Amino acid sequence: MTKPFWIRFVGNARVLIGLIWLALVIVGALAAPWIAPLDPFAISGQPFVRPLDGFAFGTDSLGRSVWSGLVHGARTTLLIAVIATLGAVAFGGLVGAVSGFYGGRTDNVLMRVTEFFQTIPSFIFAILLVAVLSPSATSVVIAIATVSWPPIARIVRGEVMSLRSREFVQAAVTLGEEDFVILFRQILPNALSPLIVTGSLLVATAILTESALSFLGLGAPNFMSWGFMIGAGRSFLRDAWWLVATPGIAILLTVLSINLVGEGLNDALNPRLRTP
Amino acid sequence: MTELPRAMTGPAPAGPADPVLQIRDLSVALPAWADRRLAVNAVSLTVGRGETLCVVGESGSGKSVMARSILRLLPEPHLRIVNGQVLLDGEDLALADDRRMRQIRGGRIAMVFQEPMVSLNPLMTIGRQIEEILEVHTDWGKAERRRRVVATFEDVRLPNPDFIVGAYPHELSGGQRQRVMIAMSLVLEPRLIIADEPTTALDVTTEAQVLTLLKELQQRHGTALLFITHNFGVVAEIADRVAVMRSGELVEYGAVGDVLTNPQHPYTRALIDAVPSLVPRRHPDAPAGSTAEPILTVRGLEKTYGRPSAGPAWLARLVPAIGKGGRGAVKAVDHVDLDIMRGSAVALVGESGSGKSTLARCLIGLEAADAGSALIAGDQIVGLSRSGWRPLRSRIQMVFQDPFASLNPRTRVGDIIARGAVLQGETPAAAMAQAHDLLKLVGLEAKAAERFPHEFSGGQRQRIGIARALAVKPDILIADEPVSALDVSVQKQVLDLLDDLRRRLGLTMLFITHDLRVAAHVCEQIVVLKGGRIVEQGSTAAIFADPQHEYTRMLLASVPGRDWQSRGRNDPVDRVT
Repeated sequence: MTKPFWIRFVGNARVLIGLIWLALVIVGALAAPWIAPLDPFAISGQPFVRPLDGFAFGTDSLGRSVWSGLVHGARTTLLIAVIATLGAVAFGGLVGAVSGFYGGRTDNVLMRVTEFFQTIPSFIFAILLVAVLSPSATSVVIAIATVSWPPIARIVRGEVMSLRSREFVQAAVTLGEEDFVILFRQILPNALSPLIVTGSLLVATAILTESALSFLGLGAPNFMSWGFMIGAGRSFLRDAWWLVATPGIAILLTVLSINLVGEGLNDALNPRLRTP
Repeated sequence: MTELPRAMTGPAPAGPADPVLQIRDLSVALPAWADRRLAVNAVSLTVGRGETLCVVGESGSGKSVMARSILRLLPEPHLRIVNGQVLLDGEDLALADDRRMRQIRGGRIAMVFQEPMVSLNPLMTIGRQIEEILEVHTDWGKAERRRRVVATFEDVRLPNPDFIVGAYPHELSGGQRQRVMIAMSLVLEPRLIIADEPTTALDVTTEAQVLTLLKELQQRHGTALLFITHNFGVVAEIADRVAVMRSGELVEYGAVGDVLTNPQHPYTRALIDAVPSLVPRRHPDAPAGSTAEPILTVRGLEKTYGRPSAGPAWLARLVPAIGKGGRGAVKAVDHVDLDIMRGSAVALVGESGSGKSTLARCLIGLEAADAGSALIAGDQIVGLSRSGWRPLRSRIQMVFQDPFASLNPRTRVGDIIARGAVLQGETPAAAMAQAHDLLKLVGLEAKAAERFPHEFSGGQRQRIGIARALAVKPDILIADEPVSALDVSVQKQVLDLLDDLRRRLGLTMLFITHDLRVAAHVCEQIVVLKGGRIVEQGSTAAIFADPQHEYTRMLLASVPGRDWQSRGRNDPVDRVT
């Protein structure tokens, strides 16, 4: 008998490390007002205070607490990345499911549209969208979602196409089931594993995109974020390394953790790689 | 093991005078997480020059692992030989190094695999793939290699060898591909050929040809043949000696005549009894065909795949070649007329490509027929939309071929079965209660409703598929090769269940199969299809006794082990007097 999903998933050491770091970041983000009561934008002390010298992670060029920035930045970054990914998964999933299920002309039209989005370099497209929509949290979410749905649509389409011809789907047809019920009850639950894996990896990409946009000053204004901190600290790299290093390491570890967890999900959900 | 194999109880079976391959106490270990420790447990076998040894067993019996371990084709280190010897002309292959094994593979021992399509490289010409073997094992020149390849193709009676040398695998039929595989194995005149179910993927007429060919070539070249199969018909056809395996152990081993007529081990007996008899059943309570009303009336039904025509009609008139059905168009169902009486069981028999499955799919609304009419108890089904079909769904249902693909792995068995009744307007609670009854009806426990499909075996899953089809109380049940994916011993149980249910519930059954024995077992009437057309139809007994069409005669003659089946087997109730 194979072990239950959770045991297989958490039993993987890399997954465990990833999950622990992600849990720390999420708890930190949720508890931000209590563990970092200082406003991340307020001048709280001397500029360029070294880490562990009164401030755990030091202060930046204007005397703002880096620790506050990290914790509040985690809030912004995670929130934007997760919402954008959910939007991309929902939209891409719907396009892919309809495309794969109905095939023919519907599929042709939807896939040409998907290709149109795929041919534009995604980061430049995201910059363009934020510039056009004017920088705000909403436009960053829209931009990230817009550039990340096509791969989801492709994956879901492929899964739905192969599942559509399976005999259990045909059995549902011969029982007189409605199309959308077949799609949502029979097909999509079986296409969920690759969707979850790709979705979780998309969160990592979304964090990177959000950070890059903030770095360029196109992020959400009035929200502290990791990318913004790196952008603000980059001119003092030689004098105050911690301004860039701390948020940089935070991004690195978070993206790495999400990738580890995503791969762990893939191992645990993909029955062909399963070693009972 | 309660009963020792013959080899160990009585005097050793008359061992071949000139042993080519001797396997002694061979054991192959499975990885730690497998359901048993050894895939092959202390098996000893001998194959002599010019002799055919058939290894018989169901899936999971270890017969294929045993064959692969001879050539050391095991996925090491997961499966590895832990004990025993594999002696080829006295040389122990279990100890040979990789270089020596490469010389032996193809040169001294050749292997023919089950699936001829995936065993050939689709990107290389057939001739090239065979020449490659000669390049590795000989130092012949190009012309000489070519001569040998063509000569071998003639030997296995491939038509037009010069064409086939330059052809790609997809340009050949399944039977031709399997001939190529046999030619490949013969080209170096090996001492031993291992054939792992080489005819299972083939049509019955092709299977008969390949078996005859193998037997004949073997006699001519004096090669030893180790033939793995699950089909006792094939055993009766070609074997000199038989080894029966179960759970990695040899349970019976002896001369073919002894094993088939007087099996010692109960498992062998069960396997032989499970082979459906070619003798048609006579059903005392079968409704007389003339008095019953037809429940399904098909007239002029047609279905064409591919482009129906290549251009508009006016262009076709100007350039006649354009109008000729278009390129690649296949008439899968070609003007079929069929009447099925209420309460009868009709078998649609034909080889792959005969259109039998397409006809069934048209009748159940999974495909739309192009022309003609089909009435289910007076209601037209051709041209119905999906919503138009819905009220008719409770009239006709289908049991699918592959029990592993036909149940949604994420849905509980109870919900799978109850869904049909819910769609027909039943309350969920009543539908679930009915699902429990249906599970008991098909021979499972009502508790099974709480479990997921993967917890069941192939035969049990097929029972669940039957329960699902019965949940809407259909009048007609279409069974599309319902047992072809199952082990022989399970096949019989499922066939008997279908037969029993049909009688008890008064179902009309349309049974699609390529196996005339299966058709004889459950159906009183047979419809023979070829190339989308009905070539012969009538009562099973009449067709078996006196087939009118040449194709039917060929199908009947091709059933493996036909002589053994109609002579040695007896089933007093079913025997035609």
